[in-house]
Amino acid sequence: MMSKRQKRFALIGAALVVLACVVGLVLNAFQSNLVFFFTPTQIFKGEAPKSSAFRIGGMVKQGSLVQRDMTHEFVVTDNEQDVAVSFTGLLPDLFKEGRGVVAQGKLDASGHFVASEVLAKHDENYMPPEAKAAMDEAAMRKTAKTLRP
Amino acid sequence: MLVELGHFALILSLLVALTQGVLPLAGVLNSNALWQSSARPLALLQWSLVAFAFAVLEVAFLQSDFSVLYVSEHSNSLLPWPYKMAALWGGHEGSLLLWVFLLGVWSSAVALFSKTLAQDMVARVLSVMGMISSGFLLFILTTSNPFARLLPAASEGQDLNPLLQDPGLVIHPPMLYMGYVGMSVAFAFAIAALMAGRLDTVWARWSRPWTLVAWTFLTFGIGLGSWWAYYELGWGGWWFWDPVENASLMPWLVATALIHSLMVTEKRGSFKAWTVLLAIAAFSLSLLGTFLVRSGVLTSVHAFASDPARGIFILVFLALVVGSSLTLFAWRAPTVSLGSPMALLSKETFLLANSVLLSTATLAVLLGTLYPLIIDALNMGKLSVGPPYFNVVFAPLMVPVLFMMVPGALARWREAKWSQIKPFLILPFFAATIFSLGLSLWMGHQDAGILLGFWLGAWVAFASFQQVAWRAKQGLRMGGSFLGMQIAHLGLAVVVLGVTGVKNFEIERDVRMGVGDQVTLAQYHFKLVDVKEVRGPNYKALRAQVNVTKGESETVIKNLTPEKRFYLSSTMPMTEASIDSGFMQDLYVSLGDVLSGPTPQWSMRVYYKPFVPWLWAGVLLMVLGGLLASFDKRYRAPVLAGDDQAHDQEPEVHETHHASQSHDLASTHNA
Repeated sequence: MMSKRQKRFALIGAALVVLACVVGLVLNAFQSNLVFFFTPTQIFKGEAPKSSAFRIGGMVKQGSLVQRDMTHEFVVTDNEQDVAVSFTGLLPDLFKEGRGVVAQGKLDASGHFVASEVLAKHDENYMPPEAKAAMDEAAMRKTAKTLRP
Repeated sequence: MLVELGHFALILSLLVALTQGVLPLAGVLNSNALWQSSARPLALLQWSLVAFAFAVLEVAFLQSDFSVLYVSEHSNSLLPWPYKMAALWGGHEGSLLLWVFLLGVWSSAVALFSKTLAQDMVARVLSVMGMISSGFLLFILTTSNPFARLLPAASEGQDLNPLLQDPGLVIHPPMLYMGYVGMSVAFAFAIAALMAGRLDTVWARWSRPWTLVAWTFLTFGIGLGSWWAYYELGWGGWWFWDPVENASLMPWLVATALIHSLMVTEKRGSFKAWTVLLAIAAFSLSLLGTFLVRSGVLTSVHAFASDPARGIFILVFLALVVGSSLTLFAWRAPTVSLGSPMALLSKETFLLANSVLLSTATLAVLLGTLYPLIIDALNMGKLSVGPPYFNVVFAPLMVPVLFMMVPGALARWREAKWSQIKPFLILPFFAATIFSLGLSLWMGHQDAGILLGFWLGAWVAFASFQQVAWRAKQGLRMGGSFLGMQIAHLGLAVVVLGVTGVKNFEIERDVRMGVGDQVTLAQYHFKLVDVKEVRGPNYKALRAQVNVTKGESETVIKNLTPEKRFYLSSTMPMTEASIDSGFMQDLYVSLGDVLSGPTPQWSMRVYYKPFVPWLWAGVLLMVLGGLLASFDKRYRAPVLAGDDQAHDQEPEVHETHHASQSHDLASTHNA
């Protein structure tokens, strides 16, 4: 039979071990599941990862959507650089040329973005934040350029 | 004119709320009985005023008064009337008004159903609720006034987002908010008890039914939201680990820990500090949830910069609530007695372990939800935390929780003996093993994860059945608490079985179909028979007709009619999935775009979703269990003054007193 003090130590010790395991588990899972976001310009500069999945955001270029069977091909732009994207499946209701879009996927060998998921948001007036950020950044660079010729 | 009256009533209600937050509490400090007794009438008056404002806004919506900016932004004259009413909580301003209105419902309920609670405690509790209400009313009136006029008036409203035009969404926000706001009662009780320095069993006993009711609403609200996402968003997902969903899951997890911890505090006088912390956390997370979803911070952290008043108010309010309650806690907690001794093997241990695990899961979800926002706010880049993170972290934490639910429900308070628990574990253990093996064999695919999921669900379910059957056989009385617990546990078990099933056995296929084409999933054949145009009240639509046959048989067993709707006031099409629910599975079809080709063809999404009905059934069982437990007769028995001290000194007396109704099967067996 353990004494009261021993019991308490056992309990605290067990709790610490469990806690350490949980923290390890959480941080490990967290690290490996962060999905980073890149704008078309960043992808053009080669900043995006070559082999792992990431998100891309921007505007669906007017007149760029081509549908072949169940595969959709379109161009995502921040008005500075373009990235060709393909996606197989049903596009969400909100997907439209000239509107913001966020897609998750990987680059293939030729620099073509193969999307596994096109993210849909709930509101037609609403611009996905990542898409808006991409457009804003590109616009700011443009303004900066015109100011300093 | 009426609208201005509504606005005026809201201003008055703020004044009343401020008085309610100060006067009764001042009465407690000065031992002024008259001031203390003002708490109840002030709470009722405040609610009447808010209810009036709420009704005025509803009238404006029903009359399509587009001279009110908020109405013109969220309604439309063509909208069917139930959606006009529900449009009130379709936006930021209105949902905050709904929040305050429901807070009034809870405050009034406390005022009306606390006849036996000591006057000074009523005064403290209602004061705290008055302060919360003041904060929200001030927020509404200064930054988010739903009564603001639009001059000249719009000739037509912008319409409610078509996604929200749905019966599920009519009741989802009020239910969820009832849960969120209900946590304010547990919070107010905890703060009142801290102020009074009376963290006793009476406090826990009072808090329990209120917290249970709030938990029940929260459960129902989350279930409704998930159900809505499943059938309305048109791609058959029921949980996305989206920040909006996480915002409601976090208070639920903590509230679940809280209702169990309150039980220990009531029965044994233990874990008081922990219970108080959980009560504070549950309400703070409810606040966080409301703000995350409604403030636009999820759309863009930098939206705060464009409307700094709202963002700063929210942050200051949250900081005040969390900061002041934790300060009070730190000041008072050292004086709290540690409670009764307990053995390592006891009901207390199981409950404590599970509430710690639930809190850990909450922290993990919180990290995944807030981290991207913080990184973004610091301009350190944009990123998101993928759903795999939540799955990988959440599932392993829930395994021990589910496992311990069974011995936890069986073990005696203070000190349990294996010899008493063991006989009740053997049957569930073997039954669950046979059931999980059989089910995964029948579903035709096995791996360790599937087996474990099915096993845990069955383990909890069989244990509940057995405990109820055993009691019935012994001719023992089963109170609402006991039955409620067993039914809620069974509900969770059914959800676990459902999640395991749908996650592992669903089949999703996006296909191209013309009229006459057929696709086969899991022995179901889906044949596209027709696509035609139809008209609704405020939309036109393409409607497909899909006949489903099973196996070799030619008989059409189901007729599915997915639609693609085009709302008149919107440029966005809407996918309306068509779902057939059976006992074991859903068949799910949604209609995509017209595809170019020699003959008309459409892209279609055809899903076989096994076990999905189990998710909803499980949620309903949890709700039923929560209701049964909330209305246990025991809670309506008067609490005598000084009763608590007797319990504190002699917990054994308390235990025998409740033995016949307690959850403790083994001790009843002995008695």
